[in-house]
Amino acid sequence: MAEPSFKGGVHPAYNKEATSTLAIVKMPLPQKVVVPMQQHIGAPCELLADVEKIEKGFEVKAGQKLGDNKGFVSAPVHAPISGTVVDIGPYNHPLGMKINAVTIESDGRDEWMDNTKPAGSLDDLSVDEIRKIVREAGIVGLGGATFPAHVKLSPPEDKPIDIVIINGAECEPYLTADHRVMLEKAEEIIFGLRVMMKALGASEGIIGVENNKPDAYKLMERLVAEEENISAFSLPTKYPQGAEKMLIYVATGRVVPAGALPMEVGVVNHNVGTAVAITQAIREGKPLVERVLTVTGSGINQPANLLVRLGTLVSEVLEYCGGISESTLKLVVGGPMMGLAQPTADIPVIKGTSGILALTDEDVYLAESSPCIRCAKCVSSCPMNLMPTSIAQAAEHGNYKRAEELYALDCFECGCCSYICPSKIPLVQWIRIGKNEIMKRKNK
Amino acid sequence: MVINGKLIVSSSPHIKSVESIQSVMTDVLIALFPAALMAVLLFGYRALLTIIIGVFSAMLAEAIWRRKRDLFSDGSAAVTGLLLALILPAAVPWWVVVIGSFSAIIIGKQVFGGIGYNIFNPALVGRAILVVSWGGHMAGDIWPSPQPFAFGYDAAIVTGATVLASRELAVTFSLPEMFIGNIPGSLGETSALALLIGGIWLVYKGHIDYRIPGGFIGTVFILGLLFGGGFYANNLMTGLFHVVAGGVMIGAIYMATDFVSTPVTPVGRLIFGIGCGVITMLIRLWGTLPEGVTFGILLMNAVTPIIDNFTIPRQFGGVNKSA
Repeated sequence: MAEPSFKGGVHPAYNKEATSTLAIVKMPLPQKVVVPMQQHIGAPCELLADVEKIEKGFEVKAGQKLGDNKGFVSAPVHAPISGTVVDIGPYNHPLGMKINAVTIESDGRDEWMDNTKPAGSLDDLSVDEIRKIVREAGIVGLGGATFPAHVKLSPPEDKPIDIVIINGAECEPYLTADHRVMLEKAEEIIFGLRVMMKALGASEGIIGVENNKPDAYKLMERLVAEEENISAFSLPTKYPQGAEKMLIYVATGRVVPAGALPMEVGVVNHNVGTAVAITQAIREGKPLVERVLTVTGSGINQPANLLVRLGTLVSEVLEYCGGISESTLKLVVGGPMMGLAQPTADIPVIKGTSGILALTDEDVYLAESSPCIRCAKCVSSCPMNLMPTSIAQAAEHGNYKRAEELYALDCFECGCCSYICPSKIPLVQWIRIGKNEIMKRKNK
Repeated sequence: MVINGKLIVSSSPHIKSVESIQSVMTDVLIALFPAALMAVLLFGYRALLTIIIGVFSAMLAEAIWRRKRDLFSDGSAAVTGLLLALILPAAVPWWVVVIGSFSAIIIGKQVFGGIGYNIFNPALVGRAILVVSWGGHMAGDIWPSPQPFAFGYDAAIVTGATVLASRELAVTFSLPEMFIGNIPGSLGETSALALLIGGIWLVYKGHIDYRIPGGFIGTVFILGLLFGGGFYANNLMTGLFHVVAGGVMIGAIYMATDFVSTPVTPVGRLIFGIGCGVITMLIRLWGTLPEGVTFGILLMNAVTPIIDNFTIPRQFGGVNKSA
């Protein structure tokens, strides 16, 4: 029992070799971008039509705010490039529906807003100023959950935060974007962590890195060696180590109560990419208009880690990577465990797009499901200590009350149960259906 | 960019482990190989025949019922057939084996809806049916004495009782002899050593939960120690005697750990194992039929849903219900 660990979890093949040693490449400016009004968890943005006269034919500059919402749990969206607004209306979205979006055709000049300038030194910024900068920059959790970052930096007064954890686990197979960010933008991550610690009044900062990325861990360890209150933490490699409750438990020993947020135990965590975005917002005044993502999978001709402007169409990204092979079975946005399969590549890269995977039959395992043989491998692999087979069965039978009694709502859909199931039952899919039905009934 | 063909859209996760029912069942067959090998080494060609007939007739019964030409299929019928053969006496007539296999597959499993739906362990259902229907072939002085490495000897010629029949007989065998398996008994149950090797491998592979055999064997040992009467040198030795004698090892490691008919919760599995041990010892020490393990496990199979229901684990972070 040398290193701490959480219960359950699975060990899928990493499949990170194709891209883990490839430096981040800046993708050339896209010809056009599609900017959906919802790229975060929370209230969708409304077009700033009356404020900034955004309409078809209107010229915008990079960094110009396109949409916002007055609600607290929301994050504005900005123009990622300069050019002309050519269309406003519903567009394909990675979530599988059409969402109102602004389409901008590039003028190729990449002209930025005049107010894109450094916010000043961290020492001079007040806590409220930091929160305002992060909010106005439209920064959300870049690990994929896309929760507005400023909300996590504004805990209620009765919930003091003492630890900030930077999530460098990147436990999803295939993805290497966070790994590369840690290697290439380590200093910016540490600065971002300091910003968060100041905003939260936290006394301790931890940078957690899975031990299958020893180069990133060693670099972090070296860079924070002089820092008194920041440390690097080597996490055991196990999926879903990057899930916030598992991360907090392993790094601090604290158990986030069921149904509660990490701030309940005095912890806030942010992805490495989020830390970099916050740093850039403060140092350069840049809103969140680009991100690093991994393009990989057996169907990708030239796998890469790319720095991409938000709104770039996935089809254009794939083309830049040499296209995808004809044997591609699934196009996935995100990681292979929790990402969303797409019916088309005509979708934009959004804030939460951590990866684009073209998976062939080398990657995906397609099989008919058989009856449950009650092997309980799902039970022992569940990091939340649930009984996936029983919840799935209850949901399948429409017995949502039973599903709720079995703590269905505590499932965060990591997919370990479906992954491990020898009968290949889509357990997490049934649980998701169950959760939806339970919530529907609750909201009635 | 043009994408050729249609993209599959399905729910995450998009990757899955390569493990299947067939691969798990194959692993169980591999785990049982040492026990099967010991059976042939100890009881000769009759053991080999019984094993082949058991496995083949079980697969045949399944294929006929499911009207499938694929004999091995998911491998579960082969496991049932092998397990049944290993808990039969070496001298048993071939037709008893066939009836046992068909009973196990059809009455024990298929009438409930096939794999995943059976309430009782199919192999034990087969054995229970044989015991009550053809008791003369299944109990009494029908147990051949093992003849190590004498492949050609006919195990049916010289028979006697098992070590569990009487204390006088029991003390004529040493514990190491019983651990290796050089004693009268069912084909595969006598060698605790061979069973243990396969069992450790199954635990390592994550196919069985140590809680069930642990609870089962531990309970048998403690009850044997406390109530066994200390006839076997001393109380401690008597406890060990009950562990290695009869079907406790094969039952605890391979039957009580059957996926379908046992609990899925960790605590439930421990309770299940302990329950099997208690019933086994009740029957052994105070019952009339020499079928402690068989009925211990079958009875616990019956209460498996109740055990699961009362041992639902608290979710991570769920200590404080008011949160």
